[in-house]
Amino acid sequence: MSKVRVLVGTRKGAFVLESDAKRKQWDISGPHFAGWEIYHLKGSPADANRLYASQTSGWFGQLIQRSNDGGKMWEPVGNKFVYDGVPGTHQWYDGTPHPWEFKRVWHLEPSLTDPDTVYAGVEDAALFRSADGGQTWQELAGLRGHGSGPRWQPGAGGMCLHTVLLDPGDPGRIFIAISAAGAFRTDDGGTTWQPINRGLRSEHIPDPTAEVGHCVHRIAMHRSRPGVLFMQKHWDVMRSDDAGDSWHEVSGNLPTDFGFVIDVHAHEPDTVYVIPIKSDSEHYPPEGKLRVYRSRSGGNEWEALTKGLPQTNCYVNVLRDAMAVDSLDSCGVYFGTTGGQVYASADAGDSWAPIVRDLPAVLSVEVQTLP
Amino acid sequence: MIRVILPAHLRTLAHLGSEVQLDIEGRATQRSVLDALEATYPMLCGTIRDHVTQQRRPYVRFFACEQDLSHEPPDAPLPDAVASGAEPFLILGAIAGG
Repeated sequence: MSKVRVLVGTRKGAFVLESDAKRKQWDISGPHFAGWEIYHLKGSPADANRLYASQTSGWFGQLIQRSNDGGKMWEPVGNKFVYDGVPGTHQWYDGTPHPWEFKRVWHLEPSLTDPDTVYAGVEDAALFRSADGGQTWQELAGLRGHGSGPRWQPGAGGMCLHTVLLDPGDPGRIFIAISAAGAFRTDDGGTTWQPINRGLRSEHIPDPTAEVGHCVHRIAMHRSRPGVLFMQKHWDVMRSDDAGDSWHEVSGNLPTDFGFVIDVHAHEPDTVYVIPIKSDSEHYPPEGKLRVYRSRSGGNEWEALTKGLPQTNCYVNVLRDAMAVDSLDSCGVYFGTTGGQVYASADAGDSWAPIVRDLPAVLSVEVQTLP
Repeated sequence: MIRVILPAHLRTLAHLGSEVQLDIEGRATQRSVLDALEATYPMLCGTIRDHVTQQRRPYVRFFACEQDLSHEPPDAPLPDAVASGAEPFLILGAIAGG
């Protein structure tokens, strides 16, 4: 019988939750790395027992942890992230040049085919790759070297590379997103990159349609249709049907087009999930109602999913890496909140229940569907 | 023999007890102590000082003999009591964050 493993990164450690395919009863282990911020942990699609975790601290810096047994035992691997060549400068919040400085790893994306290959999206924004199970890391410097790097500027959370999408049909194609530079794509395995922000409109930058400078919060794709991308931008939910060459808005009837997470149903490429959040400064659900919105038409037409979610006095946030889906026949959808709850739906979003509710603030949620 | 006391998080990371004992060749300095510590426990690399610049991380402090040695040059000799093992070299995570 299939199992599901949910990997939860929080402000104070990592947690691993497991259930059978019914997804009713959950065994919880953790906290792993108690007291440390776990920005992200994720399993290898090529070996479900191989996990990588980003462990970070304002005191002691960055660590990368690796597990070979599905999260029971962990070992620290390489944590040396050194920019290639002279790092140069990007723009600081006030528009002045600021040296590139490594701060932390926001996102780890294991290769689709090789358990020892993993990508790391870091702050200040850059993409690193390890081909030896995380022992050593090399920057894919063509991204920062694209030429627009000196114009990149941090978002409120820092200048982070937070999204890495590997194209299942083309090993040379990778999509990444940076707050607040925008989205980029490589078609040659990371040697050269191009910004893919045409169609984005951001009123908080001097040129709302600039080539770079957009605060992209998250991008998602369905693995059967990697040329179609869905984006939650700082404002606006966007869609591209040409691998990012152009975007159009699909916010439709959402109560607010601000939010962080976006994800796609495991079996229905046009079923998309977002969680609208009130902004610019509040960053909690509109009207205190925690609602997932689902579109079954690839955007524009959205329905609120509320069954089992708090509909009064709810003021949590759902951060950009904190939603994931499983691939069971009835697709499971999961998300974590800054209030420490992890909610799950075993029926594609029709109904929800907390599978754990008093964790530290949740930074990331990933799901593995196990045989 | 140099005695080093690490903060709790780093003891957990390196699977260590309350105190580490290190043999140092030559003069005992911050640099020679940290070099020996990282050579013996490589998982500590980058957690106390930067990988590249070798500068102390901002929220890490070095105390010994009731003195704050954090701003001493890395190649300055440590107090005799530390070099002889009579007193430990303390590495601390600064109290910060309320």
